[in-house]
Amino acid sequence: MGTGEHTIKQYDQELESLRGRILQMGGLVESQLRMAIDCFDHADLRKADMVIEADERVDAEEVDLARVILNLIVRRQPAANDLRLIMGISRAVTDLERIGDEATKIARAARWIHNKEFVVRSPRIRDIRVSAEAALMMLRGALDAFARLDAVAAAVIIRGDEEVDEHFRLILRQLITFMMEDPRTITSCLDTVWVAKAIERIGDHSKNIAGDVVFIVQGEDVRHATPEQLSRAVSQT
Amino acid sequence: MSTQQADQHNTAQGNLALKADVRDLNFFYGTFQGLKNISLPIYEKRVTALIGPSGCGKSTLLRCFNRIHDLYRGNRYEGSITLHPEGLEILDRAVDPMDVRMRIGMVFQKPSPFPTTIFENVAYGLRLRGVAAKSLLGEKVESALRSAALWEEVKGRLHQDASNLSGGQQQRLCIARALATDPELLLFDEPTSALDPIATASIEELVDELKTRVSILIVTHNMQQAARCSDFTAFMYLGELVEFGPTEQIFFKPAKKQTEDYITGRFG
Repeated sequence: MGTGEHTIKQYDQELESLRGRILQMGGLVESQLRMAIDCFDHADLRKADMVIEADERVDAEEVDLARVILNLIVRRQPAANDLRLIMGISRAVTDLERIGDEATKIARAARWIHNKEFVVRSPRIRDIRVSAEAALMMLRGALDAFARLDAVAAAVIIRGDEEVDEHFRLILRQLITFMMEDPRTITSCLDTVWVAKAIERIGDHSKNIAGDVVFIVQGEDVRHATPEQLSRAVSQT
Repeated sequence: MSTQQADQHNTAQGNLALKADVRDLNFFYGTFQGLKNISLPIYEKRVTALIGPSGCGKSTLLRCFNRIHDLYRGNRYEGSITLHPEGLEILDRAVDPMDVRMRIGMVFQKPSPFPTTIFENVAYGLRLRGVAAKSLLGEKVESALRSAALWEEVKGRLHQDASNLSGGQQQRLCIARALATDPELLLFDEPTSALDPIATASIEELVDELKTRVSILIVTHNMQQAARCSDFTAFMYLGELVEFGPTEQIFFKPAKKQTEDYITGRFG
């Protein structure tokens, strides 16, 4: 947080480096998700391997960032805005890693669906793409808000999760209709449900990351806040 | 902090009783103003920490509470410090500083045992108060030493010279000496800055136990100590009280940028 420099310059560098690394990790997860969506939507199976490979890097980054964070806490005993920043980053790392896991699930499901001989394949659902794009925008927005430590922008992302949830319900209704009309599509439809659910979870994790920004900037935990509580938390000076 | 802000704070902490109440306090070392318009509540049976950089006035404020400044000519107070519940005006010239010091004990930075035995160190304040009966003195000394978590270590050598004790023990002896007169408020002026980590931990643990019986005001340079020991924290800078609040709030999300800069090591 840009409130001036620490008397110990090394501490500033460590915090700056940590912020840089979480954003890099965010970028990696974002591209992983983009590849997973393409993989599912265009049956681009070459990308499935790339998503899975990227996940190994994301996992390794999670472990290493946990080490760096632990080190900072032990050595610097952070307080006030530094403490909130470090705790916020620690939480965001966990959510990013889980987004990576969900992206991997989508890639694996895509490979499975496209390689499998279904009795009858379910019709293509356009809303999957729309929902995935909305989740991707949420992730990108949350990372932007993180980079700028902008609590107001973060609140917009948090409110936006409702849209991704609504897409999921819509997709589910469509799939149920297909399954009722022609039970031979059940296997194919169920596989699509897992993908839709993974996208919906990515929305939730992105929302959490945006919540971490509010936590860092305002010191308020908005994980289970009502829309009114969120507005109040963000408007506090 | 203004009087109005202090009042708001008192209302917010409505279920806590006030032990002392600083109002619009100014203090002058001759022509130099050491404290500027300080208003601060001290809550009963709670630990209040005073933090701030060197020269910010925290020790000056602490010393106002038992009128130590009276010992030097040219020092001058304005405003008031009220000791509750009966509303004794500590700074009132008509109030005898010795009476104040019986009720408000002080422990200094360096352990300062008197050059006499362990027993006599603790009995000193009681004798001043006119307690002469041997049995009562013995009882009170034991009780104070137990309260200061020192009894088990010294009970077999009460009549040995206090200077033979270790630094941590000497500091606990000074705490016992302060406790012997049953004070209502204890003042600690950087009580552990001359002690090693183990002795520091024992003093901090003692502070935690003592607050069930007395109110405590502690000046410390060690911010982790303030965070560990206190319920309320006041941050001072250049003779002014910048911010006062529950310790958790001050160390997690202080309201003032100056406080945040100091707490996070961005000062200067």
